[in-house]
Amino acid sequence: MGGRVTAQRPDGTGAVNPPPGTPLLQVEDLVIDLPDPQGDVVRVVDGVSFDVPAGTTVGLIGESGSGKTMTALAVIGLLPDRAATGGRLLWRGADLLRPETDWRRVRGHQISMIFQDPLAALNPSLTIGRQVGEILRRAGRPRAEVRRAVIDLLDRAGVPDPERRMGDYPYEFSGGLRQRAMIALALAGNPALLLADEPTTALDVTVQARILRLLRSIQQEGLSMLLVSHDLRVIAHVADQVVVMYAGRVAERGPAAEVLRRPAHPYTRALVASVPAVRTRTALADPLPGTPATPAHRPSGCAFHPRCPLARDRCRAEVPPAREVAPGRWSACHFAEEVLTP
Amino acid sequence: MNDTLEVTDLRVTFRGGLVAADGVSLRVAPEETLAVVGESGSGKTTVARCVVGLQRPDSGTLTFDGQPLGPVGRRPPELQRAIQMVFQDPRSSLNPRMPVADLIGEAWRTHPAAAPPGDRTEALHRLLADVGLDADVTGRRAGDLSGGQCQRVSIARALAVGPRLLVCDEAVSALDVSVQAQILRLLVDLRRTHRLALLFITHDLGVVHQIADRVAVMRGGAVVEEGPAGEVLGAPRHEYTQALLDAALDLGVDE
Ligand SMILES: Nc1ncnc2c1ncn2[C@@H]1O[C@H](COP(=O)(O)OP(=O)(O)OP(=O)(O)O)[C@@H](O)[C@H]1O
Ligand SMILES: Nc1ncnc2c1ncn2[C@@H]1O[C@H](COP(=O)(O)OP(=O)(O)O)[C@@H](O)[C@H]1O
Ligand code: SF4
Ligand SMILES: [Mg+2]
Ligand SMILES: [Mg+2]
Repeated sequence: MGGRVTAQRPDGTGAVNPPPGTPLLQVEDLVIDLPDPQGDVVRVVDGVSFDVPAGTTVGLIGESGSGKTMTALAVIGLLPDRAATGGRLLWRGADLLRPETDWRRVRGHQISMIFQDPLAALNPSLTIGRQVGEILRRAGRPRAEVRRAVIDLLDRAGVPDPERRMGDYPYEFSGGLRQRAMIALALAGNPALLLADEPTTALDVTVQARILRLLRSIQQEGLSMLLVSHDLRVIAHVADQVVVMYAGRVAERGPAAEVLRRPAHPYTRALVASVPAVRTRTALADPLPGTPATPAHRPSGCAFHPRCPLARDRCRAEVPPAREVAPGRWSACHFAEEVLTP
Repeated sequence: MNDTLEVTDLRVTFRGGLVAADGVSLRVAPEETLAVVGESGSGKTTVARCVVGLQRPDSGTLTFDGQPLGPVGRRPPELQRAIQMVFQDPRSSLNPRMPVADLIGEAWRTHPAAAPPGDRTEALHRLLADVGLDADVTGRRAGDLSGGQCQRVSIARALAVGPRLLVCDEAVSALDVSVQAQILRLLVDLRRTHRLALLFITHDLGVVHQIADRVAVMRGGAVVEEGPAGEVLGAPRHEYTQALLDAALDLGVDE
């Protein structure tokens, strides 16, 4: 943190001389303000920080409205025009939030994104092959080469019979195949980071399992990923690191296996307890009281305090800062130690 | 009275020839919970809609307490009341402009025999308390409530008419994770306090383990396996059940 931060190089590949070991992406104290329908400004993301080191997958988990999608959209420069941002998004050491950033050179080439609903993201009137090859065509690659690359991309994404299916339109693909086409499109520009926003939420379990397998094989090719999901099981399955969000803030973050096995925040603990085992019979968990806080109605102090079984006076008065409570483990709970060692 | 639901050889074909239910037979005993699982399009909702009388089957029989179940409009009032449904998306199944008090009052108007004899306000507050809502929501419109609150109102509306069987079609899957746990707990508590049977459609095998006595696995409009939940999930006999189990993720943090 701190220090001078340069702008992106013109090709969007980050700082000129990032120090060795610089994470691919550093989200530093990210703030996003958006006007609500009444025109009141709402801080939908409030001081979010985490890193995505090269070659790792970070899972971003939280309930609806907790700011996951807004965080991901900020990283790829697709926030609504009305959004005002603060903090820094360092891509290979250079700040993407600086106005000089040439997003056309970043998007698709450095950072790509896939969405929950691929049908909404794909153009209904163009063939799958045409859309997957678009970024290559724009780069001026010869036709035959683009065609070969598209077939290869679709094949890698697990679209069967790609030579024939590249001529299909999105409506001719099933939900699972569309997500595969979307992944092929996202990989076409050979990005270093893939943002995946609820990529399997709309899919059947069996299809979901296949898409998750595909994402894991992409990980193994060295791609970094920011996986957004409200499904703890998906995160547990795919992510190396996890960031737990609540009402626009980070509740805790750390290595996924450790966070899920031994949470350092009462909210994470309740989430973990609410996921039943599939292969054995578990008792119904004691649910948290109340409903998730929203950024528009964020309670004072710790936003989680109205629902927290450990809450006391200090929680209502003081916003708990994120602090390192064990090596690599960060928690925004005044009493994280009590949660870690009950 | 033997409040058993019997579904025998149910068949539903949609226009275009799609067979959504292809000879489905199911049985739900009084106060029993039967879970129905299966991939999207396997016919779960179609069966549920037949049970509550929103869908007319091509053939097959449905009975409750030995009486035939026709379309909802032709059911005798006490049969209509006996079987109630809770839908996946509470926001689209409740009129967003209606205040909570009217939504419940409507159920009582439709079924005067179930309406409380004395002070309705007090009965309303008791009902809302049963589903974990404060009395101060009575004047609020459904559209101004959270998803979890809406689902509580749908459940209250179903309970208002004194059902024996509650049909829940993915009743928690549209809700936030921490709210899903609340509604599940509520349904399990109500099942005991109100002596309800549940026909519980879900895609979460873990939840089946937690709350169901028996489970029916559907694929392509047919029940491919049915039995006690622990047995079916513990030692599936059908390869499709096994495939569902293989695809299901665990947190991997047990022990
Ligand atoms: N009104 C309708 N007209 C035509 N086809 C229909 C109609 N309703 C359902 N279907 C079709 O019938 C089949 C079974 O649908 P159903 O809704 O019962 O599935 P489901 O098991 O509930 O799936 P899901 O898990 O997606 O809710 C599907 O192929 C569906 O597309
Ligand atoms: N286009 C928008 N304009 C204004 N507010 C928005 C917009 N999109 C989302 N929000 C608000 O921002 C907050 C975070 O939303 P989002 O990032 O989509 O949450 P998540 O992806 O975690 O469900 C929510 O309170 C939501 O209501
Ligand atoms: S700071 Fe207080 S209210 Fe917030 S999570 Fe910790 S104990 Fe609970
Ligand atoms: Mg989202
Ligand atoms: Mg359905």
